[in-house]
Amino acid sequence: MTYLLAILIGALFSAGLYMMMRRSLVKILIGLLLLSNAVNLLIFTAGRLVPGRPPLIPAGAELPEAPFADPLPQALILTAIVISFGVAAFAIVLIRQTYQKIGTDDLNELRCTDLPCSMEIEEPAAEKEGQ
Amino acid sequence: MVVLPVLITLLAAILCIFMFRSRSWQQKITLASSGGHFAISLTLLWVVQRKGIQVLQVGNWPAPFGITLAVDLMSALMLVITGFIGFWIAVYSIGGIDEQRASYGFYPLFNLLLTGVSGAFSTGDLFNLYVWFEVMLTASFVLIALGGERAQLEGATKYVILNLIASILFLTATGLLYALTGTLNMADLAIRLAGISPKELVTTLAILYLVAFGIKSAIFPFFFWLPASYHTPPVVVTALFSGLLTKVGVYALIRVFTLIFVADIPFTHTLLLALGGFTMVTGVLGAAAQWEIRRLLSFHIISQIGYLLMGLGLFTQNAIAGSIYFMVHVILAKTILFLVAGAAERISGSYDLKQMGGLYRQEPALALLFALPALSLAGLPPLSGFFAKLILVKAGLESGSYPIVITALAVSFLTLFSMSKIWGEAFWKPAPAQLKKRPKNPYIWIPILVLTLTVVVIGLWSEPLYRFSYQAAGQLLDSSIYIQAVMGKIP
Repeated sequence: MTYLLAILIGALFSAGLYMMMRRSLVKILIGLLLLSNAVNLLIFTAGRLVPGRPPLIPAGAELPEAPFADPLPQALILTAIVISFGVAAFAIVLIRQTYQKIGTDDLNELRCTDLPCSMEIEEPAAEKEGQ
Repeated sequence: MVVLPVLITLLAAILCIFMFRSRSWQQKITLASSGGHFAISLTLLWVVQRKGIQVLQVGNWPAPFGITLAVDLMSALMLVITGFIGFWIAVYSIGGIDEQRASYGFYPLFNLLLTGVSGAFSTGDLFNLYVWFEVMLTASFVLIALGGERAQLEGATKYVILNLIASILFLTATGLLYALTGTLNMADLAIRLAGISPKELVTTLAILYLVAFGIKSAIFPFFFWLPASYHTPPVVVTALFSGLLTKVGVYALIRVFTLIFVADIPFTHTLLLALGGFTMVTGVLGAAAQWEIRRLLSFHIISQIGYLLMGLGLFTQNAIAGSIYFMVHVILAKTILFLVAGAAERISGSYDLKQMGGLYRQEPALALLFALPALSLAGLPPLSGFFAKLILVKAGLESGSYPIVITALAVSFLTLFSMSKIWGEAFWKPAPAQLKKRPKNPYIWIPILVLTLTVVVIGLWSEPLYRFSYQAAGQLLDSSIYIQAVMGKIP
């Protein structure tokens, strides 16, 4: 099971990184989501995988019986999932807004911040009235 | 006591959301919260200096099991400077932020950003540090995109994507570190990692952290998001970011590489030193090519981060004291320079140096307020930057690292060149267009004035701050003090 997950995590990481190297904004977003899921699985695996044995401490003992999965990483993943969920929601809105304003999702077109931008002048007048 | 700086700003953010329609109430709440943050942090600093490291075990769970908040001298100093900068930027924002942005939630986000920054400075747990980073980043994501101008959206896209990659790396490293040691409490990690072999595993993790925090603090090969995004939002936001955000990354580096990853100092810290040198040089050379004043100053942020790494890389008490002193100096100086750039834009109507000019003739006071922090940044005596660099250079000479000392001095010289370029173009050259006559807005002038006075004062009267930094560096280097404070015992 651990080996299977290890391979899965590796595949997710490589697919995520591959997507991040594309020029399309949407693909970068997909890459980010894949990467964050890969990390969550990684933390999950770090806490050992023991199916069917909840880490309950029997009465009078100090520790649960020997092979048990560490519950702490699972709690950590919950936090990480919530955070990545919120951040992903924001990133989707941001990318949609960027796409609407600039009219392209090609990263190579996003160079207003690095070069003098000629399109800055034609900021849509209609939108300003709309606000 | 330890948790109060976090609580007060968090509470203010919530209150601001309740007062969403009233700009003036949001301003009052923000002024009160950031002022209160400053006052509490000062008290905390005083307590830490008298009684040693202050620790709070959240929920009363004993040390390695629960979340620990621990404030040592360096954290306390960073909290004080956060409150100080936060308060004066809040004052500036009354005059410097436009109606639309203020009504779309600038103030709640401002408070949340301060919450995240303060949390990151006061936590003693790596996963908790990740959570505070995310709080800070999420607030900064919205702040940088707030207003929705084209350049802002582009800058925000780059900023968000690269910082999310850093967060993912941080989380990966944290997961692997937990798998290796079974703990995330920094003090407990310091104990357990000492007994882990092979050391190579620990070093690999150290490098993962170096990359994650390196992206966040914009060090040499990872800095490209910073000059692509920092100049796009209004100058209030840029000043806040330049003062606090990258410095949290540097703080995390200093914390992690003095407390946890000290297994292979010849390798990791030499790497830090080399990266520091490259960061200085690329930052200052990048700045030399810029004509947009905020972009130019953004490149200088990167260059100054190099000096902070230099102190960490040299890894002697004097060097780390130099880093801490430099941190205080650079937070103040950079914030002022951005605020002055904002004030200059109000008069000349542009951030482009080619279209600016004649400010010296029209606003000699503003010119002086630019000159003092600019010369301080370049490291001219008797301003704060001179002493900060003096300590670092002295530490470098003491440990015989001549290449970095030469780099540091050369970069200072180039910084002076950049600053004189702004001076010559924006202030001295005759005005290319008619300058606007605008009444002096006290909300814009007073923060600049007060912050500049602080830079002058910590330059002229630098001994207390130096002695304090030296003490803080001693505390960072002797990790047994921290471990004992958090764990209650030395194992």
